[in-house]
Amino acid sequence: MSGEIDVSSHRRAVEVADQVYWIGALDPTLRVFDIILTTANGTTYNSYLVKGSEGVAVIDTVKENFADEFFSRLESAIDYSEIKVIVLNHLEPDHSGALPELMRRAPHARLYISKRATSMLKALLHASDDLEYTTVTTGDSVSLGDRSLRFLHTPFLHWPDTQCTYLEDEAILFSGDVFGCHYCDKRLFNDLVGDFRFSFDYYYAHIMRPFKKHVLEALKLIEPLQLRLIAPTHGPILRERPRRYVTHYRELSTSALARGIGSEDQSMIIFYMSSYGNTARMAEEISEGAGSVPGVRVSLFDLQGGETSPFVDLIEEADALLFGSPTINGDAVKPVWDLLSSLAVVNLKGKLGGAFGSFGWSGEAVRMIEDRMRGLKMHIPRQGLRVKLIPTEEELKDCRQFGQEIAEALVGKASDSDIVEFADLI
Amino acid sequence: MAKAKITFDDIGQTVNVPAGTRVIEVSEKVGAGIIYGCREGDCGTCMMHVVAGWNNLTQPSVLEEKVLKENMAGRHDRLACQAQILGDCRVKPA
Ligand SMILES: Cc1cc2nc3c(=O)[nH]c(=O)nc-3n(C[C@H](O)[C@H](O)[C@H](O)COP(=O)(O)O)c2cc1C
Ligand code: FES
Ligand SMILES: [Fe+2]
Ligand SMILES: [Fe+2]
Repeated sequence: MSGEIDVSSHRRAVEVADQVYWIGALDPTLRVFDIILTTANGTTYNSYLVKGSEGVAVIDTVKENFADEFFSRLESAIDYSEIKVIVLNHLEPDHSGALPELMRRAPHARLYISKRATSMLKALLHASDDLEYTTVTTGDSVSLGDRSLRFLHTPFLHWPDTQCTYLEDEAILFSGDVFGCHYCDKRLFNDLVGDFRFSFDYYYAHIMRPFKKHVLEALKLIEPLQLRLIAPTHGPILRERPRRYVTHYRELSTSALARGIGSEDQSMIIFYMSSYGNTARMAEEISEGAGSVPGVRVSLFDLQGGETSPFVDLIEEADALLFGSPTINGDAVKPVWDLLSSLAVVNLKGKLGGAFGSFGWSGEAVRMIEDRMRGLKMHIPRQGLRVKLIPTEEELKDCRQFGQEIAEALVGKASDSDIVEFADLI
Repeated sequence: MAKAKITFDDIGQTVNVPAGTRVIEVSEKVGAGIIYGCREGDCGTCMMHVVAGWNNLTQPSVLEEKVLKENMAGRHDRLACQAQILGDCRVKPA
């Protein structure tokens, strides 16, 4: 393999396999992507071109202000009239930016997108109500004559619309943002570029991690494929040992913690803060009550003694989360909010939640925490528990009961099938 | 006013509601596991499975049909932010 590649010195297409070309763009000065990601050396927008005996396919485009570079590379390899197929694996503007202009220039092209992409197409490219497209899913393919592209339905990696496209004869996976990273290197191929391991893992952690379940579903489709090369939309093209990155995705998406704890047990985590020990007392009793239910493993953590990021890992693995906070100046305490606002990278949907806390006169904290948990799509089976100042023996009993009931809901023993009136619901 | 019973199978809770109530209004109040995104019939997040009483919900609109299709809804799936309760039914998160 040649070490002489420098795609920054020209604007031509670069052959990555037989009649398959990279026609993307370099963005070396970018430092912040999508508000949420940083990158120390920019990124690339990778677009690809596949030549067949009966036409050419363009797979993904680039961000709009990089369209010139993309079109120059494209024109160096083919004529617009040869384009028969345009595939968008993902409609985020960094890949759909040059699409309207490409459609204008390529009169014979038909657009192939996932079903979920159709409503986004309209919302992103307003001018294109008349854009014609075909929606595709797993099992569908499109022929370029002597070779064909096959589609894999891989939603939520990391938008609802995402898909992958596979070139059978060369065993190339055009994976979209999957297996991508923000890393800009003019040498383009993973065996030539600098050390991008950190960028790869960082990208996974911020973009794919919230969708672990979908990653595992997608891997079921990807792992059986023969893979000579993975062509993602950002960062190095993975031609040396591409399978390694697939294996790595599986490792990253499989919980490290799940392997350590008996997987039959449901895990409940109780986080609390306490200034005078009142909310702490509640936490201990709730923990007792919950722990009395077989099949539930309870862990108790004082937020004062930990850092946010390991707690985020714990939360991702837990089945139920309880938060205890005193009310201070009409609010829950900051460490609770810090943790509850650090959870965008994990999926909380359907986990059970509960809130509790001691208060002096108004006690807003518990309700506010519950609302936040609902906002995070958690399910709150029991209304939060509030105790005025120091808990009495009776109130400590309520705490045990509260813990026990949530634990029972967790193991599916909840049994209130009495009918309630709509008007009685608060 | 006509009444109807809706049961949320995931939490084993039945509620007596005035006919015409949207599922979303009830499910959020009782804390059932159906979750919501846009709340206006666009995103498909609130997909639920109708276990019984399919005909006791209002008919899906053309737009709802479209969103269900785009989100690969199964048979007897509906959007909980759209469907209104007309008679007894049982639902659970899809
Ligand atoms: C990483 C990422 C995650 C996103 N997640 C969501 C989401 O969960 N729900 C949603 O409705 N839109 C989501 N979006 C889409 C943005 O809200 C949308 O692109 C919006 O138009 C951006 O607005 P802005 O230009 O003001 O930043 C996401 C976008 C990005 C880049
Ligand atoms: S919440 Fe978006 S469709 Fe119902
Ligand atoms: Fe993206
Ligand atoms: Fe991207």
